[in-house]
Amino acid sequence: MGERIGKVMAHVAMVMNLDKCIGCHTCSVTCKQAWTNRSGVEYVWFNNVETRPGQGYPRRYEDQERWQGGWKRTAAGRLKPRAGGRLKKLATIFANPKMPSIQDYYEPWTYDYEHLLTAPLGDDVPVARPRSLISGEPMDISWSANWDDDLGGGEELGSADPVVQKIGDKVKFSFEEAFMFYLPRICEHCLNPSCVAACPSGAMYKRSEDGIVLVDQDKCRGWRMCVTGCPYKKVYFNHKTGKAEKCTLCYPRVEVGLPTVCSETCVGRLRYLGVVLYDVERVGTAAAVKDERDLYEAQLDVFLDPDDPEVQAAARRDGIPERWIESARRSPVYLLAKRFGVALPLHPEYRTMPMVWYIPPLSPVVDALAETGHDGEDAQNLFGAIETLRIPVEYLAELFTAGDPAPVERTLRRLAAMRSYMRRVNLGEAADESIAEAVGMSGGDIERMYRLLALAKYDERYVIPTAYGVDEADRGVIDEIGCGLDFEGGPGMGGMGGPVPFGEASGQPQPATVENFHALRSRQTSEGRTRPPRRFNLLNWDGNGHPAGLFPSRREADGGAPENEEAR
Amino acid sequence: MNPGSLDYLLWGALPYVVIAVLVGGTVWRYRYDRFGWTTRSSQLYESRLLRIASPMFHFGILVVIVGHVVGLLIPEPWTSAVGVTGGAYHATALSLGLLAGVTTLGGIALLIWRRRTTGPVFSATTVNDKTMYLVLASAIVSGVAVTMLSAYTGLTGGHENDYRETVSVWFRSVWVLRPDVAAMSAAGTGFKVHALIGLALFALFPFSRLVHAFSAPVGYLFRPYVVYRSRGREAAGATRPARRGWS
Repeated sequence: MGERIGKVMAHVAMVMNLDKCIGCHTCSVTCKQAWTNRSGVEYVWFNNVETRPGQGYPRRYEDQERWQGGWKRTAAGRLKPRAGGRLKKLATIFANPKMPSIQDYYEPWTYDYEHLLTAPLGDDVPVARPRSLISGEPMDISWSANWDDDLGGGEELGSADPVVQKIGDKVKFSFEEAFMFYLPRICEHCLNPSCVAACPSGAMYKRSEDGIVLVDQDKCRGWRMCVTGCPYKKVYFNHKTGKAEKCTLCYPRVEVGLPTVCSETCVGRLRYLGVVLYDVERVGTAAAVKDERDLYEAQLDVFLDPDDPEVQAAARRDGIPERWIESARRSPVYLLAKRFGVALPLHPEYRTMPMVWYIPPLSPVVDALAETGHDGEDAQNLFGAIETLRIPVEYLAELFTAGDPAPVERTLRRLAAMRSYMRRVNLGEAADESIAEAVGMSGGDIERMYRLLALAKYDERYVIPTAYGVDEADRGVIDEIGCGLDFEGGPGMGGMGGPVPFGEASGQPQPATVENFHALRSRQTSEGRTRPPRRFNLLNWDGNGHPAGLFPSRREADGGAPENEEAR
Repeated sequence: MNPGSLDYLLWGALPYVVIAVLVGGTVWRYRYDRFGWTTRSSQLYESRLLRIASPMFHFGILVVIVGHVVGLLIPEPWTSAVGVTGGAYHATALSLGLLAGVTTLGGIALLIWRRRTTGPVFSATTVNDKTMYLVLASAIVSGVAVTMLSAYTGLTGGHENDYRETVSVWFRSVWVLRPDVAAMSAAGTGFKVHALIGLALFALFPFSRLVHAFSAPVGYLFRPYVVYRSRGREAAGATRPARRGWS
């Protein structure tokens, strides 16, 4: 390595293998159920799956000429938030000039189901009309988070894709040449986060132990600059609590060694989580390299080789525990991004150094080749076909390498080589080392990559050490009652309380009681859906009146208890 | 004119009650309800009007605050000593004050109109907000009215009730714990009304969305762009006790 190693930090990072994404949206749905099923965040998708080409969510978020997200390199070679430095931020604090409106996302709605039950008898079947969750008025549904799902190849929506507009006529929308693929997106948990830089209150921060970018809900004052700062538009404004919220990389799960909800529930098993060690002192210069196309390589240089004894020594010096170093050595993310070089960052040109990387999709190339009468899995045929793939390399390059086709081509060649190499192995033929060499890899590496990408064992996809930084005694314990996000209206809560004096989210939470202690325990241990018995705790009774639950309900006492059916 | 008992109540006792409510209320709110401490912005719902009205109001009120600080805290002999005549002082104060006051008034009028006519914004408005808007708007209206009245009497050459000899003297005396009730009771009715509404606004401050003014992010100018924070600090409960509240 030679260079002096600066301060070493660990980062829990993610890789997604786009070849396997079928666009089922399970990740989005489970994430929403876990984190954003509250009022105020109806429109918030910490995880969303976009069809590309397409506009994305919020619409055309990649158009930084308009939204001014990310960083800009000044003539002097320094980095400055694109939307303006500190003084400009404060000067425009009274009305953020670059904030997307709810219309750029979509207006959330519900249906007037009550009407189905209360409609008077008539000739027409009553219908549940959609009503806006913002204004409460009846509305026409004209857009949503996935309105253009699977319509990527269409001229009408595809041509509104900022990436398509950038590469011009390279993308054709004629029916025969239409293509699309899915792009699942979460917060990038960047090494150089521009949302954090934009926060006037200092409420957003990057955790030094695992790199997760979070919003301190107690310090956020709702200035909304982070929404503008993030070029991926992955910080959202909760319009009920007046606070910013974002993907937390499911830190309560990651801290105890569990994968994020989106990863855990991914049907295609395409997500990988692992630790990357990096030199935090190199981040600033790497993010400020002159040529946008060098940013991908510059970020790779920031990552440190966990097998290098010097790196390990430096990591120990900087207080990273042994089990994290050990974990980094087994990290699938490091393998895919650095050693195999098949994972690429999303939009490195924003200069935020994102930490969720993608393996670009290899179009259905084998079938296409076979149809033309060629051997679809022969290495030379595959390599030759890559330049004429249905998904243009130029399009992928605009997404992943600031327009440089070389790394995308290399990645696709490596994926193609893996197919060709492994076919010989599977057919019992002698492994052909020359296939591996042609793409700058070894046969051993290809087999390892195959194991990681094709077999994708749970334990190899998710290599997550348990958290450190507090008492060693508390690690590995899921403390549900004390979850840091679990306060009224906070991201960990199921819903909002009743009317309270200072806005919907103020006031004190219900303290943990004997009842909900047992309710929590039964929820954690029982197999089925549970419902707490509605009983009153006599220890809290002041002797006055008949509080609900003091006596069993009459219906229960009569033997029939329809409302408790689930509990039985 | 000798001050009566009502004067003692309003200008001798009330200011201290308000100060106690303002300071105590703010401390209480900060400890009890840090999560509710926010601007509660409605920009997500409506941005076109807000982008004109909000800066108008906020920049206007900043100038108004500076004007109040100068007018109330700097005694008349000081300005005369550096060679600013009473006439010159009042001409500047009135013109600048009127400009800032009218801008602020225009801003808040537009903001209230927006709040009332934009459906989503109106439905996100609480009773607390409405009370606050009422008091805030009255304070601004009465302030502008008093300023205009002073300018009018000044121009027509009538006897001007100089607030620097009445209100300001009283205001400073409050802070040294010897309230000069006589000075304030000699002030014009307009000033008295404006001062009372002002006191009401201060009393309301900690319990409304106005608290966001206390977190004006000046520190942003002096901190590095990227903030790192250790999990240790956060897990040790430095920012949030196990449950919200006093305990």
